Amino acid sequence: MSEEKYIPKSKLGQWFDSRLPLLTLTHHLTSYPTPKNLNYWWTFGGILTFCLITQIVTGLVLAMHYVAHVDHAFESIEHIMRDVNYGWLIRYVHANGASMFFLAVYIHIFRSLFYGSYKAPREIIWIIGLLIYILMMATAFMGYVLPWGQMSFWGATVITNLFSAIPLVGESITTWLWGGYSVDNPTLNRFYSLHYLLPFLIFGLVILHIWALHVPGNNNPVGIDVKKNNNETMPFHPYMVMKDLFALLLFITVFLWFVFFAPNVLGHPDNYIEANPLVTPAHIVPEWYLLPFYAILRAIPSKLGGVIFMFSAIFILMLLPWLDTCKIRSSTYRPIYKKFFWLLLFVVILLGYLGAKPPEGVYLILSRLATAYYFIHFLVILPVLGRYEKTDPLPQSISDPVLDKPGVFDKFKKAAAKYEGENASSFK
Amino acid sequence: MSNEIKPKKRRDFLFTATYTIGAVGLGAAIWPLVDQMNPDSSVKALSTTEVDISNIEPGKTITVLWRGKPIFIRRRTKNEIAEAAAVDIKDLKDPEKDSDRTKNPEWLVMVGVCTHLGCVPLGDKGEYKAWFCPCHGTHYDTSGRVRKGPAPKNLEIPKYEFVDSNTIKIG
Repeated sequence: MSEEKYIPKSKLGQWFDSRLPLLTLTHHLTSYPTPKNLNYWWTFGGILTFCLITQIVTGLVLAMHYVAHVDHAFESIEHIMRDVNYGWLIRYVHANGASMFFLAVYIHIFRSLFYGSYKAPREIIWIIGLLIYILMMATAFMGYVLPWGQMSFWGATVITNLFSAIPLVGESITTWLWGGYSVDNPTLNRFYSLHYLLPFLIFGLVILHIWALHVPGNNNPVGIDVKKNNNETMPFHPYMVMKDLFALLLFITVFLWFVFFAPNVLGHPDNYIEANPLVTPAHIVPEWYLLPFYAILRAIPSKLGGVIFMFSAIFILMLLPWLDTCKIRSSTYRPIYKKFFWLLLFVVILLGYLGAKPPEGVYLILSRLATAYYFIHFLVILPVLGRYEKTDPLPQSISDPVLDKPGVFDKFKKAAAKYEGENASSFK
Repeated sequence: MSNEIKPKKRRDFLFTATYTIGAVGLGAAIWPLVDQMNPDSSVKALSTTEVDISNIEPGKTITVLWRGKPIFIRRRTKNEIAEAAAVDIKDLKDPEKDSDRTKNPEWLVMVGVCTHLGCVPLGDKGEYKAWFCPCHGTHYDTSGRVRKGPAPKNLEIPKYEFVDSNTIKIG
């Protein structure tokens, strides 16, 4: 949000910019003021952009070798793994890239929950972000079907059957989704088509997400508005770019550890068995990043009810900016909310664990309790806390929490005195 | 005054008419794009299968593929038939008499797809020693009726007929 009008230096630049203001856009993006107190949890936006581009590039290349047909799909994946030059690497990056993408997006979402980044005036950023997350889940699901292994086939069968729970039109919708009377070749073909399309829709939404972000600017760990003309912000380039790049390198290290040392640990071995419509694997599980929702689906002892609760678990997040009635953004100044935040994180991880377990005995009881808590957190605790929680006093400026620490000024004075002493001669 | 209002009304009518025709045209253009996803003629053409049942012993089940779905054909034992008939249908989630689910009580023909989320139930398993779905834990009885678990309905009975005593035509 550079307030002053940008004018390119060169004549050619001015000529071009007055016809297509790309240089103005570049200037806006590089000089975009970021709060100086952003911590490393704020580097995941850049990391996620990297993930999306990695998936699009590797996916584009895989599409050159993959065959979307029930008789050839499974073989063509093996062909990529064994015959295509570096095919194994490209496929492992793409498959693990999906997991890394979700890992980063979950950190990004919980960052927002902790620091209240979804609150006014950033509700639209939050909602667009959730739309991206929903499209990511759809894309990942359809991508997982393409290798046409046992988990692909039965995952597709279970998920498309969710729609048959809708009263009256459910059956017609599933038949329409399948293009037949079961998951078969027409289903595989359309999933491939949509799996190729959706990442570009995500890309478009990412642009809107960033655009919406650049209107109010970043939230920050203190959660109060920054004063733009008071040395509280720094230009995005080079300060944030460097910080983002450093975080990205650490992230890529983890990413490549999976790719090179444990490329199949996040997948399911049954997906190396070709799809067989006559035999359901003993234990169907979705990929890890969908497990919490799967646990909610199975916790409800009714078909339609399970589907409703599962979808509500996602869509309830859209209402979050209005369910959380507290005006204070950062958890740092909300001692009670902070405890509930960690409890929610624990419950979501617990749901993920339960989603991987068979739905019986103590697992089923725990899933029901955790599902109940998930909804109570958003529908009861947040609205009530906003009214009754006694929050801590907010600082006047984002600089205060650092400078107000006892002894900080003494330290500065000491350092200054030391410097003066060492350089006494130059002060004459 | 009246001159000013009159042409405005005519124009409103033209706008509304244009929007309406435009919306109909748009709908007509979109419908083929939606309907192409429904089952095509080649899929619909595969809608009957004939099965030879002469080799099935009592207490055995065979599975055949019809419309991409497994069909269970079970030759039931006397015990199973008696068990299925003895159930009080008031106790069932989806009340159906066993006699309404078979054409010949010895032969149970049904779609082997769990009515919950579409997995294939396993035979001779579960609390009723009949079918059990491993995905989300539904138990079916010897008539393929849901007895326990999240499935809302009994296993579906496809359209079928006995062509002769050794052959069943499904579809």
